Amino acid sequence: MTRTTTHAKKPYEPFLWLLFSAGGVVAALLIPVSLFLFALAFPLGWIDAPSFESLRDLARHPIVRIYLFVLCVLPLFHWAHRFRYTLYDGLQIKNLNELIFVFCYGGAIVGAVVAGWWIFAAL
Amino acid sequence: MDSSTKPASYTNYHPRWFRRRVSTYWWMGRWPYMKFILREISSVFVAWSVLIMLLLIRSLGHGAESYALFENWLRSPAVVFINVVSLFFVVFHTITWFNLAPRATVVRVGGRRVPDLLISGPQFAAWIAVSIFVAWVVLQQ
Repeated sequence: MTRTTTHAKKPYEPFLWLLFSAGGVVAALLIPVSLFLFALAFPLGWIDAPSFESLRDLARHPIVRIYLFVLCVLPLFHWAHRFRYTLYDGLQIKNLNELIFVFCYGGAIVGAVVAGWWIFAAL
Repeated sequence: MDSSTKPASYTNYHPRWFRRRVSTYWWMGRWPYMKFILREISSVFVAWSVLIMLLLIRSLGHGAESYALFENWLRSPAVVFINVVSLFFVVFHTITWFNLAPRATVVRVGGRRVPDLLISGPQFAAWIAVSIFVAWVVLQQ
């Protein structure tokens, strides 16, 4: 079987790659500053953290909600794609391809639904 | 081994090719391979960072008490350790991601290839500007 025929059978691959790429850009630009501020600098007191009320009000702003959704969901699909190939190539577990595929993209989809719920409904 | 001395027996024809078994740890020992694997592994820490952000958002939705509990959890030594390691990996992702762009898109101006730094440089500048902007918005609160 040639490379082209395998690819022709999987028309969704370019779409998944696009999500991987978009997620890579979002992760590269926004994750370091987010992780630094919210996971280290604020809880450890390196920088004075905003109050709970003001952070919650900021997060409830419509534009910020959309921002947070993009910040969470696209990098999850980035993870799904890259981790899938890490398992394929790094650990050479090729016999579990289908399982890895379902685990990675299924995980990202579940994450997206949970993110949508927590950001738009429960916040 | 001399096969002619063996008793003649019929075996199914099964073509085999010589393939050296590649070790699972093939990427250890050489820096370019190691860097490749570290870059691939960075996605796990990207996912971890997203999880932290989601739990933060969840705690904001649940109220001040839940938020304080979450902040306390972030102060536990094991979580601090994981987050420091994660920060290293997500910055590694950023650097390798932007350094990849000049290789993915080769731009030629007047027949000459635009130097890598002219393509990756503005991306690093954008990264710093976006980071400062995000920090500024959060700290305005």
